[in-house]
Amino acid sequence: MKKFLSIITILAGLTIAFSSCEKDLDTVPLDEDVVTPETLFEDPAAYQQFLAKLYAGLAVSGQEGPAGNGDISGIDEGFGQYLRGLWYMQELPTDEAIIAWNDQTIKDLHWHTWGTTDVFIQAFYYRVFYQISLCNEFLRETTDEKLSGRGVTGEMLDNVKEYRAEARFLRALSYWHALDHFGEYIPFGTEEDPLGDPDFFPAPHPDGAAGLFGFIESELKDVESLLADAGTNEYGRADKAAAWMLLAKIYLNAHVYVPDAGTKYTECVEYCDKIISSGAYTLAENYSHLFLADNDMQQEVIFAVNFDGNRTQTYGGTNFIIHAAVGGEMPNVYDLGADFGIAGGWGGLRATPEFVDLFPDETGTADLRGMFFTEGQTKEIENVGDFTNGYAITKWRNVTSAGVPGVSTDYPDTDFPMFRLADVYLMYAEASLNGAGDAGTGLNYVNMIRERAGADDLSSIDMDVILEERGRELYWECHRRTDLRRHGKYTGDAYIWSWKGNTQVGRSTNAKFELFPIPDADVNSNPNLDQNPNY
Amino acid sequence: MILLLSVMAFGLTGFAQSGTVSGVVTDALDGSTLPGATVVVKGTVQGTVTDINGNYSIRVEPNTTLVFSFVGYETQEVLTQPGSTVNIALMMSSTALEEFVVIGYGVQKKEDATGSVTAIDAKEFNQGAITSPTELVSGKVAGVQITNGGGAPGEGATIRIRGGSSLSASNDPLVVIDGVPVDNDGISGMRNPLNTINPNDIETFTVLKDASATAIYGSRASNGVLLITTKKGKEGAPVSFEYSGKISLYTVPKTIDVMDSSQFLSAMRERYPDQIGLAGYTQNGEHLYANTDWQDEIYENAFGMDHFFSASGAVAGKGILNSLPYRASLGYSDQDGVLKTDNMKRTTLAANINPSMFDDHLKINLNAKYMLVENNFANQSAIGAALQYDPTKPVYGEDDVYQERYGGYYAWLQSNGDPVEQGSANPVALIEQRDDESDVNRFIGNAQFDYKFHFLPDLRANLNLGYDYSKAEGTVFEDTTAAFAYDPTHGGGTNNYYEQEKKNELLDFYLNYTKYLEGAESRFDVMAGYSWQHFYYKDYSINSNVLMTESQTDTVDNPREYYLLSYFGRFNYTFKDRYLLTFTVRNDNTSRFSKDNRSGWFPSAALGWKISEESWLEGANALSQLKLRLGWGVTGQQNINDDYYPYMPRYTLSNQYAQYQFGNQWYYTYRPEGYNPNIKWEETTTYNIGLDYGFFDDRIYGSVEVYQRETTDLLNYIPVSALTNLTNYLLMNVGDLENRGVEFNITGRPVSTDNTFWEISFNATYNKNEITKLTTVDDPDYLGVETGGISGGVGNNIQMHSVGYPANSFFVYEQVYDDDGLPIQGMYVDRDGDGEITNADRYHYKDPAADFYFGISSRLNWKDWDFSFSGRANFGNYVYNNVESENAVYERLYRPEGPYVGNVTTSVTNTGFVNPQYLSDYYIQDGSFFRMDNISVGYTFNDLWNERSSLRLSATINNAFIITEYDGIDPEISGGIDNRIYPRPTAYVFGVNLQF
Repeated sequence: MKKFLSIITILAGLTIAFSSCEKDLDTVPLDEDVVTPETLFEDPAAYQQFLAKLYAGLAVSGQEGPAGNGDISGIDEGFGQYLRGLWYMQELPTDEAIIAWNDQTIKDLHWHTWGTTDVFIQAFYYRVFYQISLCNEFLRETTDEKLSGRGVTGEMLDNVKEYRAEARFLRALSYWHALDHFGEYIPFGTEEDPLGDPDFFPAPHPDGAAGLFGFIESELKDVESLLADAGTNEYGRADKAAAWMLLAKIYLNAHVYVPDAGTKYTECVEYCDKIISSGAYTLAENYSHLFLADNDMQQEVIFAVNFDGNRTQTYGGTNFIIHAAVGGEMPNVYDLGADFGIAGGWGGLRATPEFVDLFPDETGTADLRGMFFTEGQTKEIENVGDFTNGYAITKWRNVTSAGVPGVSTDYPDTDFPMFRLADVYLMYAEASLNGAGDAGTGLNYVNMIRERAGADDLSSIDMDVILEERGRELYWECHRRTDLRRHGKYTGDAYIWSWKGNTQVGRSTNAKFELFPIPDADVNSNPNLDQNPNY
Repeated sequence: MILLLSVMAFGLTGFAQSGTVSGVVTDALDGSTLPGATVVVKGTVQGTVTDINGNYSIRVEPNTTLVFSFVGYETQEVLTQPGSTVNIALMMSSTALEEFVVIGYGVQKKEDATGSVTAIDAKEFNQGAITSPTELVSGKVAGVQITNGGGAPGEGATIRIRGGSSLSASNDPLVVIDGVPVDNDGISGMRNPLNTINPNDIETFTVLKDASATAIYGSRASNGVLLITTKKGKEGAPVSFEYSGKISLYTVPKTIDVMDSSQFLSAMRERYPDQIGLAGYTQNGEHLYANTDWQDEIYENAFGMDHFFSASGAVAGKGILNSLPYRASLGYSDQDGVLKTDNMKRTTLAANINPSMFDDHLKINLNAKYMLVENNFANQSAIGAALQYDPTKPVYGEDDVYQERYGGYYAWLQSNGDPVEQGSANPVALIEQRDDESDVNRFIGNAQFDYKFHFLPDLRANLNLGYDYSKAEGTVFEDTTAAFAYDPTHGGGTNNYYEQEKKNELLDFYLNYTKYLEGAESRFDVMAGYSWQHFYYKDYSINSNVLMTESQTDTVDNPREYYLLSYFGRFNYTFKDRYLLTFTVRNDNTSRFSKDNRSGWFPSAALGWKISEESWLEGANALSQLKLRLGWGVTGQQNINDDYYPYMPRYTLSNQYAQYQFGNQWYYTYRPEGYNPNIKWEETTTYNIGLDYGFFDDRIYGSVEVYQRETTDLLNYIPVSALTNLTNYLLMNVGDLENRGVEFNITGRPVSTDNTFWEISFNATYNKNEITKLTTVDDPDYLGVETGGISGGVGNNIQMHSVGYPANSFFVYEQVYDDDGLPIQGMYVDRDGDGEITNADRYHYKDPAADFYFGISSRLNWKDWDFSFSGRANFGNYVYNNVESENAVYERLYRPEGPYVGNVTTSVTNTGFVNPQYLSDYYIQDGSFFRMDNISVGYTFNDLWNERSSLRLSATINNAFIITEYDGIDPEISGGIDNRIYPRPTAYVFGVNLQF
């Protein structure tokens, strides 16, 4: 009996032990929201949800809005949002914006003193390449072989093919951002390259800047026929016009990206014409309505990044632009809830006095686009850290054109028009000054934009006027750095603005800052990478 | 060691009938008598206790075995006959000799231990208001640092054994409670998961430090192992009861000096004369100035009480049952925090029975522990807000707008009556308009069966089944009228619910064979076993506003699990009772890694030499023990935060706030996750040399140890080459880390006489940590990994992991000072000489880990009085004074983003800084300190109504004082960033302990 009991005990133990052995170690996620690829693609709807992630990559910072499960690490999640990073890179190193905050190295951006470990540059770099990686993965998962293996046919197959074209467009968009900000020595990789292989390190494009430019160009031309016709896709998704626009933009800047290859103004005009002649887009009647909570209603917008107060929340995007621009006396002068659709400002962004001087007056009388808030603010910026130094800007708000606040005072509904018709007109005009297209048409396009703004017609234009007009029309929309560079007024002493070079009067800066450095973090983890010149 | 036992028997009676045995019980060392020693008839509850002079007498049958026991002494059994006189000299057991220590999967004679093992038992525990078990041994063990997170009731603690062995993975030791390894992770709604165990229930606390002791726990042992053993009933002990009660008063020893109203107003007049109108407040049209001390408003003296009742004894054996010891206890405590509304109530129940059957062949050990903690968490945001809130503002605003919209609390308002969103929140409102409550239930139980084979008594089989279950539920509620939770579009406020369920199931089985071969003078002790453990977690939460608006309601449901499967073995060999050899090996398999990488082997080897047993030392009488220990071993680590599937490709669905719009439709998105198919074990190799010594019959004893720990294949969260993965940071096995140190401890008993006993202990530790590798390719230019997020700005980091420096080294600019020694704002040393101050001018300066740390404690018994104290000191621990770097700048007086005005600390005059200089080395300050953890005095009334009853009254001061040159309120901060710490209160404790 005694032995019997003991043996039972031991046997019971051993039985449990062996039966529960090794196979227990093959766990799979228990969380319904986390699935393996095999399970996910059993449902063809997953392709659309994956595509939505590619677009959402421009709008939100991760899988939990507004923050909580970020796509990239090593930085505050809000800072690492795509559009906020793009905005920092395009606006803070220019005359259009200056920021009061003490966040890490943020002021180095305005001062042109950033280094190779700058977290904001690093965050934008990784965000851009993360977006490219996402697109590559989408293309890997939607090859003909995989689709047929998973039994995707018929209309669903057609849809996925269109998704693939959009993924390639989005990848081209991000490669353009990478080329524009970081130059030709960036790593290059496509869906053909492996994922998760510790021995694989992507190298720069073997043909340098021309190769990278050529890749973006050929990808866009390839997908042109596969994308929906201009203005016919669902709102938020790219169509032919988006691809044309991006082509026009790379052609306009071609000589900046590939100095040896010369200018491509003719090609720029060709694609501007395609957009204009498609008839899908018209200038919004009211300039200010382009930056409000219902701007998705505007026929001027070619491609936008979408936000929604309840469903697409982030600390980047238009949430950042709108909140960061409000401070000082604004809460006392305005009813922020009713007039801006927000509960309060973050007190960060203003414009430099040199930017204010691009406008005929500070009141927006002679040009409606001059939306300055001056009460309690000084025009000159003595203390960068003081919001009341420098005029504030009221262009972006979270109320509709009818004056109704967005659904949430914390997260705006306002979309970000990345590409819009006025930019096409201005690109055409700039190209027309360089022997492409028709100069009279170019002047006419500029005056159409000016008329909408209540500004006087110009009788002639030159390159300086175009740069100024682009500033007046497109400020705080992520164009300025690229424009200043193309016009040779970014670094150096051709154009000086307050606090450029870290002095109030401003000073010349080193030409190496034309490009941002490739972050040390990536140079150190990839033996095939070298740093940009002079960093 | 020879037990000193003298038995004198006189005049046996000629008749086999009952009679009386009497005698004196004394201390074997000094001959002093022992009052209160227990004398019981073996196997019964019949017994007595020695009187004030150590005398006893008891009625016995012929051939009765008496059991003599006394706390702190070895128990003795003597066969007696009626009418005899039996004088017993008990040997003190607190000496290292003849002491058994708990080790992994077994017990071992302390003298035979080859690893670095320190056991602290109940009488050495720290005294006073102690909620968490770790506080019992804080400062008692060399090489062990216990830093609690602040002064909240039941606050958690960071435990570091010989420095941290990892950068990104856990640095917490493995905790094993009565043989059940519990997980290191926190429990939602509970400040400290170890609070499950009532400190009153703990018998011993054993710390395994070096790999030869810990490697048997393999993959979880890199940071040491804490073995907690709870009290059990004793075989043959009479029924006894204990009540212990404490009441405590907690006070705030120090607050931060901020400007009062008049200082604030004059600073405003000087710095921001145009904004002076923002100071003060308007009431009924009149402009007034309050003088509110916000820290005074949020802190208060707090009370706590603790009750504990236990009963233990043993049921006499019958039939197959040899004996049945049992113990049960009930504890209840109710403790307020010094931050208003903070409270923790805890109920603990513990019960165990330990039947022994079949002539002691089968021993069963059943343990059950249950705990209920009810928390009310005060809003700790109020601590920072109290430093920053304008002192000219009142707590309550009388104007209608405050009464109607904000519950009467003063708030910064915009012209439309809405609150200023970025304005700091009223600290009192933060506390009173938020309810944050939780209930946590936890059960830990195990059943252990130890069977000594009948046909082969040298062979034992041991089966241990364990179950650890916890369930937490909590709610957070903020009023719609709370200005800090204002949301006009959706109604505002906060209404959150969360629950968490955790399960940890364990099965351990091992066989142990022991054999002594007399002829070969050799003893073998071989053990081999198997362990299976399953961890399951489920978090569920609903986060919403008060109206539970659908668009504002987010539900999270996140179950996850992992398994550990292990095979382990140990081989002990002893030759001539003086040469000791130990080998252990463990093979761990984790579900967190891929099939190719999930198996890890963790071996260890150790040698021991009892030098004092050698014949050539026989003459050295002063030397009572001397033992040399050499150890080597490898341990592992797989505990990587919450990621249970890091090797596997997965897709994650977005939540409702991260949808994306196509047309008029919003889509939840799927994101492919980054993964590392090659992720594997992080390994730590430890070398240890130890010397245990004892002099004058162990009146003085202790040990010295030298160790080196090298961690390779660090689980490190580092940047991954762009385009090669679906993330930019990935957990990879890259980097090496090293800890080296020396430990020393000594215990002495300067006085040990009839009515005076004095013991004093001291321990010292030196530890140096250095990162030796961080990248796959050696790159001298590689700076490292930023860490140490601070308050102020967003995303600012103050620390850097770099090769050649300790982990978490501060990474700062070198401040330039003027002729008067005042720091000049924005002026730093251009260390790289390029004429510009850039990030390249930052340098590594000091680190938060103490270079040296010490513990000292003393116990003195004089007649019925007892006195004790214990204290700790840290040297070379540097602190980043984030309270000053953020709040000692004039810029904070006026905040244009509101606009609003805010207070600054008075130390602003030390620097005169206008703008924050977060990264200046000015703020890296020496945090060396000595803290008197407790001072205690007690008096015991013996023989109350019978000889076994006693009453002890005690008074204790916890956190009595701290000596430091650090400017902030408390330099003892795990991680070294002083950012609005919850002040650790000083506690005045009155205690009663009744035994009968």
